[in-house]
Amino acid sequence: MTSPVLLEIRDLRKGFPGVQALAGANFNVQRGEIHALMGENGAGKSTLIKVLTGVHSRDAGEVRFDGQSIEPRAPVQAEALGISTVFQEVNLIPHLSVAENITLGRQPRRFGFIDWRRVRESAQAAIARLGLSLDINRELCSYSVATQQMIAIARAINLDAKLLILDEPTSSLDEKEVDELFVVMNRLRSQGLGIVFVSHFLEQVYRICDRITVLRGGQTVGEYVTADLPRIDLIAKMLGKEPADIESMEAATAAAHHQDAITLEKGEHNPPVLQVNQYSRQGSIQPFDLSIRKGEVVGLAGLLGSGRTEIARLLFGLDSPSSGSLSVDGVHHSRWTPRRAIEAGIAFCPEDRKVDGVIAELSVRENIVLAMQANRSVVRTLPMKKQLALAQHYIDALQIKTPSTETAVGTLSGGNQQKVLLARWLVMSPKLIILDEPTRGIDVGAKAEIESLVASLRSEGMAVIFISSELDEVVRTCQRVTVLRDQQVVGELTGDDVQENRIMEMIASSHE
Amino acid sequence: MSDASPNSTDRQSGNSKSALTRFFGSRITWPVLGLAVVLLFNAIFIPSFFTLEVRDGQLYGSLIDVLNRGSIGVILAMGMTLVIATGGVDLSVGSVMAISGAIAALILTETQLGMLGIVPCVLFAALAAGLMNGVLVAYLKIQPIIATLILMVSGRGIAKFITGEKIITVGDDSYNFYFDFIGKGHLFGLPFTVTLFVTLFAVTSLFVRMTSLGLFIESVGANETASRASGIHDKGVKIAVYVFAAFCAVIAGLIDASNINAADTMNAGVFTELDAIFAVVVGGTALTGGRFSLTGSLIGAMLLQTLMTTLYTYGVPSDVAPVPKSLVIVAVCLLQSPVFRGQLQRLAGKGGGR
Amino acid sequence: MNFIPKKWIPLLTTATVFVLLFSAASWQYEGFASMYVVADLFSENAFLGITAIGMTLVILSGGIDLSVGSVIGFTSIFVATMITDRGMNPIAVWMMALLLGTSLGALMGALIQVYKLPAFLVTLGGLFFARGMAFFVKPEAVQIDHPIYDSLGDIAIPIGGGAELGVAPLIFLSVFVIVLVITHFTRFGRNLYAIGGNEESALLMGLPVARTKIFVYTANGFLSALAGITMTLYMDSGNPINATALELDAIAVVVIGGTLLTGGVGYVAGTMLGLLIYATIYQITFFASLRSSLATIAIGVLLLGFIVLQKLIHRK
Repeated sequence: MTSPVLLEIRDLRKGFPGVQALAGANFNVQRGEIHALMGENGAGKSTLIKVLTGVHSRDAGEVRFDGQSIEPRAPVQAEALGISTVFQEVNLIPHLSVAENITLGRQPRRFGFIDWRRVRESAQAAIARLGLSLDINRELCSYSVATQQMIAIARAINLDAKLLILDEPTSSLDEKEVDELFVVMNRLRSQGLGIVFVSHFLEQVYRICDRITVLRGGQTVGEYVTADLPRIDLIAKMLGKEPADIESMEAATAAAHHQDAITLEKGEHNPPVLQVNQYSRQGSIQPFDLSIRKGEVVGLAGLLGSGRTEIARLLFGLDSPSSGSLSVDGVHHSRWTPRRAIEAGIAFCPEDRKVDGVIAELSVRENIVLAMQANRSVVRTLPMKKQLALAQHYIDALQIKTPSTETAVGTLSGGNQQKVLLARWLVMSPKLIILDEPTRGIDVGAKAEIESLVASLRSEGMAVIFISSELDEVVRTCQRVTVLRDQQVVGELTGDDVQENRIMEMIASSHE
Repeated sequence: MSDASPNSTDRQSGNSKSALTRFFGSRITWPVLGLAVVLLFNAIFIPSFFTLEVRDGQLYGSLIDVLNRGSIGVILAMGMTLVIATGGVDLSVGSVMAISGAIAALILTETQLGMLGIVPCVLFAALAAGLMNGVLVAYLKIQPIIATLILMVSGRGIAKFITGEKIITVGDDSYNFYFDFIGKGHLFGLPFTVTLFVTLFAVTSLFVRMTSLGLFIESVGANETASRASGIHDKGVKIAVYVFAAFCAVIAGLIDASNINAADTMNAGVFTELDAIFAVVVGGTALTGGRFSLTGSLIGAMLLQTLMTTLYTYGVPSDVAPVPKSLVIVAVCLLQSPVFRGQLQRLAGKGGGR
Repeated sequence: MNFIPKKWIPLLTTATVFVLLFSAASWQYEGFASMYVVADLFSENAFLGITAIGMTLVILSGGIDLSVGSVIGFTSIFVATMITDRGMNPIAVWMMALLLGTSLGALMGALIQVYKLPAFLVTLGGLFFARGMAFFVKPEAVQIDHPIYDSLGDIAIPIGGGAELGVAPLIFLSVFVIVLVITHFTRFGRNLYAIGGNEESALLMGLPVARTKIFVYTANGFLSALAGITMTLYMDSGNPINATALELDAIAVVVIGGTLLTGGVGYVAGTMLGLLIYATIYQITFFASLRSSLATIAIGVLLLGFIVLQKLIHRK
């Protein structure tokens, strides 16, 4: 009789330069269970999976799988041991047939040549094991993402997998497709497979998972039986709050918000700086309304993947909407692009600084003047003197720690890169600035500086949209909070209602 | 130090960085050192290399020869630098050179228009070629090597079609002083080609640094998404650099045709795109785009020409010269490869560490 | 068009273009629709065909090889010089030539894969190197006069209509069949598609990416050398300037044959069709006594058309 415990991870540690991604994580999975792995950004979920599947090596700790201590050095080795992973992004070959995708690299052969008849048989068997029926001779990309995901699962378990890791498999699926996936998952569970389910969708976790392990800051917060853990508690644990904490903080912020509420009412007659009606983007955010006035800080709160960033990108014109209308200062805009948004006085500090934000190779000065320069014509260059003065002004004003104005931004710390990015937009004196996770990955001191900066921008009359996973930050900074869950706006809190527990309640409330 | 940050040296010198560290950290260090090594070699083994003589008020000698023959390489490298800085590459410049030479020869032999006819026609050809490459890369998002390969293939066909598939010689009856002057004239005691490439280099350098174009090019090459999110018209920038590269190519084509008094569409500009890429890479501009150095490319092109002239002096036939050229290209790329650098460092670590 | 899988569209377009082109030419020019012309299509372009097949493999894997023309030129002069000037046995010389071509391919593949250098740059280096070495071997054309070449020259398989196929097209057709089998019935062949389709995924699927990529450049080096040998068989001579810029024609043939330049999609059979279109266009300019530069321009236009078509089909 084999033990019911399939996977046992104890005190796992893994550090990268500048960050301790795993600082003593524990994680257990049993045979025939679906186990959710939950946590916010930087909790260590993806690092844990990468160590488990041999992408990264570990610094310390023990991994026991199927009764043996293991240390895979590559995903192939992990697969050979019986640990298979299916990622959100389907890692298959779009233009090959379904049958080929399932058998690639292990096609049955006769006399050294691929035996296509047996390839099809074996692929058919793998599909049948999931209880699916589809034409295995068709090209993979002719199927929907959901089906492709199932095919990836078929490939993953074709190699006698004992543990199946599903990393955010439902992010791009609609409800019906999620149902289909869950049927398959249930089937595999009953066949004795251990399944690790990583997802941001609370609803789904509560529907399918037997147990939940919560990670935060690279450590395991705890392991819970799903049925025994109220949603609000799960959210509190993911965000690192204790109910007691929340109450004490509420008292402190309530007074401040009362004052805000009064100012807010006075400003009610101001026309909104930005207003959108029934704005949406297929597959990333359901239709929503939003408006923001001068001198207002509006927060977008929700878990990772709830649609916060998607809203920010839509408002700045980086993505195009599927429906809805947008106006700035009462002027309606139809083809909304970053260039137009900037002209209209909107600025955006994106979540992923390195990809969409700073240009690492360029200097601090160049990064700071970039947007202003781009908004002028090519020949109307800012004189070098002016550029240096601007750069120096913001280096001083925001206390950017850099050896000189000519240092490449990539060499600065995360917090200073964020400040350079802010400076790029402050130079433009925008009417509205959208800050997506401005405090992510930066140290505590810099966080406080950015919070106080937001407050001073607001007092100067700028409108701010503030996005953060840190609810206390949202509550301290914002007068109004729009709450999101599962790619939907679920409500809005103003004045005295802007409290951490109210936000969490809203996130936790299930679909009616 | 890149051309883009005029203050970087004096500002950073406040720190502990010594002059030596700064010298070795700069992107034009290696081409300068390479050029110095080749010149030193020549100084020792080929003393005549540095001999200059004055005839009819004009300078002659191996060095002048290098400058003269290197002009085409430098001019093409200017355009190629900007294209590569945006993260692209233009393989069609050789074919565009051939088209330019063909147009010039045809206008000289078939019409009385002279340069008045040539200039607008080749400028139009440059615009058309650059727009085609630029639109394919910027709007259709076709990879630059593939997009420019199309014109590389068909461009030579177009050139041959223009000349009727023969070599058009610009003979006595179609002699044109100005056209002849481009490739063979002298100005300030030096070949006119030197004035031409120095002017192009100076004007381009000034233009990209006086305007924001240089900043936009580097920004787009270093991070396209972030540049677009900062409001830079990335597509416009890309089209501009391909048009500029084609513009450089037609000038080079005129020099080449004027030099040999003919439009030889079979041989004009063959492999010059490779020389230009070589000059840019050696000059310290990375093929992945971003920071660029026109000065580096200028020195890279000169280094290449000096190398070739040296080899010819040693009796290496011009047809065999690609062998050392290719070895230098691969060596330079290897030196820039992070994997190779890592291996070298590990080797050095083992050797030097106790 | 919904009932046709997207990936077949370029191939079907290629087939249609070929049929239209050949029919139009047959209707327009007397004597075009003959077995002589068909035999000519294969004979005159045998070496281009061989190298285009090798190029298909490289492009399927998501790479590119610009050195092929130079390797062909080098092989042709190397073989001719060794046989005529040194009096060596042709078979031994062929083995040496194949070894040299294969080694150069392997070296380039290793540089591309191990040091992550851009393929176009490394193979440009290969282009320079092989062309320079060709002139180093001998700067002018060399005739080959050897009994083995004579007897191979006598080989002629009648294909009807009085036309015959010589040894060069026979080598080409054998290579075609062998590579067709390799791409469809071996793991190596399927891995090429997988790597070209999505290298990241191929790695995650546990496929031998590095080994396959190095091997594909090695195989292409071998095929280029074989194309060079075929050229000497067809011309009974070698010349260092042979096959200059042939890499461009080879790439054009592959793309016109429906292979996606970004890799992962395409067929060796498509390359055969691409070659036939290429050969027919040149044949037409010959029959119509048009300038051959028109053929080059036509190929360029086709290339543009196919690249844009591919982009539109695969646009997400």
